[in-house]
Amino acid sequence: MQRIGVFVCWCGTNIAGTVDVVAVAEALRNEPGVVFSDNYQYMCSQAGQDLIKNAIKEHKLTGIVVCSCSPRMHEATFRKTAAAAGLNPYMVEIANIREQCSWVHKDIPTGTEKAIILGKAAVAKVNLNTPLTPGESPVTKRALVIGGGIAGIQTALDIADAGFEVDIVEKKPTIGGKMAQLDKTFPTLDCAACILTPKMVDVAQNEKIRIFSYSEVTEVSGFVGNFDVKIKKKARYVKEELCTGCGACTEKCPMKKVPNDFNLNMDTKRAIYIPFAQAVPKVATIDPDYCNMLKNGKCGVCSKVCTAGAIDYTQKDEIIEEKYGAIVVATGFNPISMDKFDEFAYNQSKDVITSLEFERLTNAAGPTAGKLLRPSDHKHPEKIVFVQCVGSRCDACNEKGKEYCSKICCMYTAKHAMLTRDKYPDTEVYVFYIDVRTPGKNFDEFYRRAVEEYGVHYIKGMVGKVVPEGDKLIVQASDLIANKQIKIDADLVVLAAAIEPDKSARPLATMLTASMDTNDFFTEAHPKLRPVESPTAGVFLSGACQGPKDIPETVSQAGAAASKVIGLLAKDKLTGNPCVAQSNEMMCNGCSSCERVCPYGAITYEDKEFRMPDRSTLMRRIAVVNPAVCQGCGCCTVVCPSGAMDLKGFASEQIIAEVDAICK
Amino acid sequence: MQKITRNALIEKAASLLENGSVCAVLGWRKGEFDYDVTPSVFTTTEDLNAEFVWNDFCGANFSKYLIQKTRKAEGKLLVFLKPCDTYSFNQLLTEHRFDREKVYVVGIPCEGMADINKVREAVGDGISEIECGEKIAVSTIYSDEKILIDPKDVLAERCINCKSKKHVAFDELLGEDGDVIENARFDEVAKLEAMTPDERFAFWQNELSRCIRCNACRDVCPACTCEKCVFDNPKSGVENKAPANEFEEKMFHIIRAFHVAGRCTDCGECSRVCPQHIPLHLLNRKFIKDINEFYGDYQAGAEVGSRAPLVNYTEGDLEPSEAFERRGE
Amino acid sequence: MQVNEYKPLIVAFCCNWCSYAGADLAGNNRLNYPADVKIIRVPCSCRVNPMFVLRAFQRGADGVILCGCHPGDCHYTSGNYYTRRRMTLLFSMLDYLGIERERTRLEWVSAAEGAKFAATMNDFAEKIKALGENKRLEDLRCKK
Repeated sequence: MQRIGVFVCWCGTNIAGTVDVVAVAEALRNEPGVVFSDNYQYMCSQAGQDLIKNAIKEHKLTGIVVCSCSPRMHEATFRKTAAAAGLNPYMVEIANIREQCSWVHKDIPTGTEKAIILGKAAVAKVNLNTPLTPGESPVTKRALVIGGGIAGIQTALDIADAGFEVDIVEKKPTIGGKMAQLDKTFPTLDCAACILTPKMVDVAQNEKIRIFSYSEVTEVSGFVGNFDVKIKKKARYVKEELCTGCGACTEKCPMKKVPNDFNLNMDTKRAIYIPFAQAVPKVATIDPDYCNMLKNGKCGVCSKVCTAGAIDYTQKDEIIEEKYGAIVVATGFNPISMDKFDEFAYNQSKDVITSLEFERLTNAAGPTAGKLLRPSDHKHPEKIVFVQCVGSRCDACNEKGKEYCSKICCMYTAKHAMLTRDKYPDTEVYVFYIDVRTPGKNFDEFYRRAVEEYGVHYIKGMVGKVVPEGDKLIVQASDLIANKQIKIDADLVVLAAAIEPDKSARPLATMLTASMDTNDFFTEAHPKLRPVESPTAGVFLSGACQGPKDIPETVSQAGAAASKVIGLLAKDKLTGNPCVAQSNEMMCNGCSSCERVCPYGAITYEDKEFRMPDRSTLMRRIAVVNPAVCQGCGCCTVVCPSGAMDLKGFASEQIIAEVDAICK
Repeated sequence: MQKITRNALIEKAASLLENGSVCAVLGWRKGEFDYDVTPSVFTTTEDLNAEFVWNDFCGANFSKYLIQKTRKAEGKLLVFLKPCDTYSFNQLLTEHRFDREKVYVVGIPCEGMADINKVREAVGDGISEIECGEKIAVSTIYSDEKILIDPKDVLAERCINCKSKKHVAFDELLGEDGDVIENARFDEVAKLEAMTPDERFAFWQNELSRCIRCNACRDVCPACTCEKCVFDNPKSGVENKAPANEFEEKMFHIIRAFHVAGRCTDCGECSRVCPQHIPLHLLNRKFIKDINEFYGDYQAGAEVGSRAPLVNYTEGDLEPSEAFERRGE
Repeated sequence: MQVNEYKPLIVAFCCNWCSYAGADLAGNNRLNYPADVKIIRVPCSCRVNPMFVLRAFQRGADGVILCGCHPGDCHYTSGNYYTRRRMTLLFSMLDYLGIERERTRLEWVSAAEGAKFAATMNDFAEKIKALGENKRLEDLRCKK
């Protein structure tokens, strides 16, 4: 039996003005378990808290009820008070007789009656409270960043800057991501490589950062502070530690017809390659699908020309196991495939390209060395049509595209249009748009410059069809403002393809038990208040894997994610919320219902041996809650058919006791 | 009448028993009365020949028994499953309630089972013997003459409204597999929905007041397989108790129906075993109908591993108030 | 005031993060609503087991209302979506059994919506008052 103390606060006249506090204290004195009851002017004051502490000691109280303001106000205060007097802080319950009683009711009899009932409910609950202790778990002081684009790079640099070790896992042979493929960046028009590559070098030179390039995460277990991760380092057939990046092999390799994915397959590379000049790590990689030596054992040229002896045709995939305290997802985005957009003739004409391809065509390191030439005949295009929202902002029923706005297309299209007109003033440039969206610093000014200074023709309307005719592309479109159909005989059509999360994100989300939305973007722990955290504790989000983003936004989110990681890694131990779910293994059916609704992946299953009454043993599947991961929402308790799952601090029995006390 | 014969089942069971592929057979055993067929375990051919039954009274769904029986079995267990039973089988697999490897499922076609209460209505009390054939031949203690009934006239409600002749799980099929079939199983629910609240209340008061809280519905239900039932748990706040007034049993049935909502395959066992003839399937079907209407068609047990509607959601789900509006009134 | 005026008994389950805070805000702003409403704090609306709702009715509550964060705003990301499904089905079942549908309600009240909280409670209490005492879901034996 509990020994409960009741403390009724006047809160000056805030409570005492509408509630007869003395009567409340008297009425609650007779409730089961109550051995002490008192009232005081300000319970939260030092004197009030002393009153509570003394009563706890003097009357050997095992639980207390404070009838006062909202628990959101002073629950923490009174828990500390209890702890100071040697009482477990979770043996404290608050009856909210201010915000939910004295302040909303007018007359004293009504207020008093309700205050007594609220007090009774709190007493009924505290009778069933048990002391709770928050669990503690150690923190591995190393972070994993998945994805080596600008998001991952910035996150890793910021974390390393705070003195923690960081590993970057990048599936491509080099870090840099999409930004490395860009030419200029809006709205400042500074060169992407000029601002990105120094950061890549910083990463390479940072002692705290390790780069696992050409690698993938294959398995994640554990929980916040204690993740166990398996990383597959794919065989690149080159010993990374020996390769000097001299490039002799890539020049001599006789296999010249390998599509160059870095240039979006608009030119070719060798079977042994370094993606681009500033690659980090600057190490060659052999493409096993094209290398003659690997395919049929004939060649070996690269091995002969490599003075460092770095070529190793026998290299195998390697699995690295590492522990991490925090994981940052920075898997980024890709433009969607244009295969389903037949109306734009993407697959029929080489001169219909995506914006990212256009980016490579204007890049000095691209397939045309920066000269804007049509892919088909390498002529300079005189009329260019840009089509926005290709696959963005589609109807829900349209299975070709995405419902969302890809966010970056308006600005990069303005950039492309402007740069074209700047370099080639004789070129006519048309942009078809639904809306032009420019909500960013200096964005609208940038767009207006494209229209006003550079004379780009912006036409509100959608392109219905692109028909290749001779060496022209006939663009059929509607001009919604002039309300007429128009035709343009273009030389080049550039499609602003919608962007979507990288395909690797979905399996990764499953591994991390991190949730995703219907578009496969990672969801945040809270859309407004916790935008860089995943609902899964210890997993953070950086960049476009969470939603379409431009570079400044990505970098600021990367920094925010890093600061969250630093906050986590700075702790030696993690103290959990003790009000977590707990499964009674004797009653658990192992049915998986709880696991399916848990937003945090806190529930796993194990086979456990039970001794039966006849002394035989039985293996049964049971749910196990990881208290370090559980956040205590209680969703699992309701789907549990047997009621094996319960929530500490808000147990079914406790809530039912409150219901009963109120309904008495 | 059942198309597949008792002999065919015994032959199959005996051969698998004898070659050691299974160690026991879950089948129907002769009871005290001919209509009183009981689920049971057979381990020998002799036993099968002597007491195994397959006729129009083999309504019992064996899926649930697999949980306990596979725990004890040393080897594989042969189980005969009618099409509707296979849905419960899959649902239990979805909930990891037994090891699929320990079961050998022989799917058998079913022509619908007889409802003994309908037989009684037709012939009156005092049934002494029943023979199932083309016709159901009933002898009573009051007459030497056998009364012949067409099985179609005494078909159980759940079989009149049979939802599927298709087996969704089996290792081997005897006879031919059928299809999922159109049925009118929600008509009765719709009829109730169309009543006024007072009429509905009167209907259910009349039905539920007969409950004697025997727990037969729970005990037979293949979705009620908890290691410990909430009604047996004093901490649950709804622990088992004798009925004290004519209507409190409503709570029991609401909670039970809610507990199996989204998991109930509509096998109809609850109504079959209710000694008070309460149409419990109308509670379960209400949930199924609502789920189908609100969240899209869902048949529990149609496939293993599907996500039950109550452990799922979409952002655009309707609000409770919208659910009411949708039904009009 | 009449001496024997019927006072309904209303149980309100409020999630800690949005609706309970909304109720606090109603208090801060001194927005009145009937004292018949008694609030029980739960971490999330998804903690409310349908059994709690039935228990309240069984013990003599005349109305039960659940309040949670608006869809999409759940502190635990998805809890209120599950609540919505559960309560939609439960309320529909109670209606099917002939229980007056006005006795149950699910409302989304954010921490900023003190006024909505008070208005909701006023409206709900009004409706329950019009319905009168809950007879249909009562367990007379348990009444003390």
